[in-house]
Order: sequence, then structure tokens, then C-alpha cells
Amino acid sequence: MILPALFFYLFAGVCVASAVMVIVSRNPVHSVLYLILAFVNASGLFVLMGAEFLGMMLIVVYVGAVAVLFLFVIMMLDVDFTELREGFIEYLPIGLVIGGIFLAELLLVAGGWVMSPGTAKSITAAIPANVSNTEALGLVLYTKYIHYFQIAGMVLLVAMIGAIVLTLRHKAKVKRQDINVQNARTPELAMAVRKVAPGQGLQDSDAAEWVK
Amino acid sequence: MTIGLGHYLAVAATLFTIGILGIFLNRKNIIVILMSIELILLAVNINLVAFSTFLGDIVGQVFALLVLTVAAAEAAIGLAVLVVYFRNRGSIAVEDVNLMKG
Repeated sequence: MILPALFFYLFAGVCVASAVMVIVSRNPVHSVLYLILAFVNASGLFVLMGAEFLGMMLIVVYVGAVAVLFLFVIMMLDVDFTELREGFIEYLPIGLVIGGIFLAELLLVAGGWVMSPGTAKSITAAIPANVSNTEALGLVLYTKYIHYFQIAGMVLLVAMIGAIVLTLRHKAKVKRQDINVQNARTPELAMAVRKVAPGQGLQDSDAAEWVK
Repeated sequence: MTIGLGHYLAVAATLFTIGILGIFLNRKNIIVILMSIELILLAVNINLVAFSTFLGDIVGQVFALLVLTVAAAEAAIGLAVLVVYFRNRGSIAVEDVNLMKG
């Protein structure tokens, strides 16, 4: 019985500590690595709660996609990050005050919170017994919440198209292959046959023909 | 020594606060601001999943899935905007972003 509690404190402690390191570390690459650690530990918390599917999803989506995206952008952009850290100490007091107020409020709410007696009746889709978490999620996600599922897909589609449209750029000077122009090319278009008089060579008046 | 709903809510509240604090502390570094937003969304997800398991209602996990999707989309779009901004300006300093304001 002590083991779940032990693992809860392990995961929660490492998660919070690495979240702190995300916001205070000097090097943004370290920030991303601590973000990965925070997400892995949060997925451990999810597994402890019995939401295995979301825990694995967190690792796939965050560690596999989002963190790599962050790393990619940080390493691609040539930015002087020490310059961006200016004002860290300056903003520390106001940040701590606001953060402290926020935390106190949230903990007060979490501490003085009582379950309403009618909650048990308001459950929309109870977790079915003797069914794995993934199956239980699929049973409601593909039936009752199919529209949510499709909207999530649309969100991802819009994000994908948006990211491509934003970052795609056409350089004017890059030469590209145009198949139609190549196929439409004939010997008459490509070359001009001239009779060259001996000792004279081609004249300047023929220059228009050479360009072809 | 059983772990209840309150424990998970406390972790989520702490993560949320760290995220808010991160936005305040790294006012100039937009990459860390984006990471702080990810932390905030993670806190929301922990709340949703905690309530889902302790109330025995699977819908919370469906919502958590939606939040996960939105977080991934937001990171992708945010970083794309950041790359475009860096191309145009040569820096990612947040205080120059209001340059286009009339």
C-alpha cells in the first residue's frame, strides 16, 4: 500500500522540480530537456491514476513531437539567449508575488473543497469495470464524443496547414524545373542556323536570335 | 497514507503556478514563454484526469485528449510564427513584436 504513495511523491516531486528548472535554466536547450523530464513524470502520474492511454499519449505527443519541435527551433535560430535573460531578476519579485497569490488561492480552493452530494448522479459516462482504460476511452470517444474527436482532427489539420503556409517561402532566384516548358521545346525554338560569310563571323544584328 | 484527489490537485496547482511564474520571469524569451504555456496546459490535463478517475467518469479523459491536441497545435503554430518573425527581424525579442501597431 505504501508503494503507490511512494511513487506518487517521486513522480510529483521530480515533475515540479523539473518544471522549476524549465523556467529558471539559462540555456533553453536545458529548458526543453527539463520539459521532457516533467512530461515523462506527469505521464507516470497519469499511469498511477489509471489513465494509461493518456499517459502514453503524453509521451508520444510531447516528448516525440512537441519537445523535438522546440529543440529544432532553438537550434535552428541563431539567437543570443543571454541577452534575452535580461530583466530576470527585475521581474522576479512581482512574479513571485503573483505566483504566491495564485498558489495560495488554488491551494485554498483545493483544501476547502467538498464534493457535492449530487455529483454521483451527474456522471455522463461511467468508467466500465473489467475493461482496459484504452478500450473504455475508445467506447465513448468513437460513439458519444465522435464530434469532439473530429474537431480535434480538424484542429490538427488547420495547425498543420497554418504552419506550412507560414514557413513556406518562394525564393525568386531559385531555378526550378518546369516540365511543360521542357516538353514544348522544339529544334526551331532552341537553335538558329546561320550561313556565316567567310572572314566575317556572326553580326550583332543576329543577337536577338542567339538569346533563344 | 492513501493518495487522494487533493494530492493530484495540489500538484496541478503547483505546476500551473510555475507556468504563470515562467511567463513573468522570462518576459523576453518567447521560447520559454511557450514552454510555460505547455506547463500550464499539462496542469489542466492533470486536473481533468484526476477528476475523471476519482469521480469514475471517463469524459474527463476525453477532454484531456482534446486539450492535448490543442496544446500540440498551439506549439506548432507558435513556433512557426516565431520562425517567420525571426526571418523578418533577426531576433526573437518580445518587446519588438508590437512594431506593427499603428
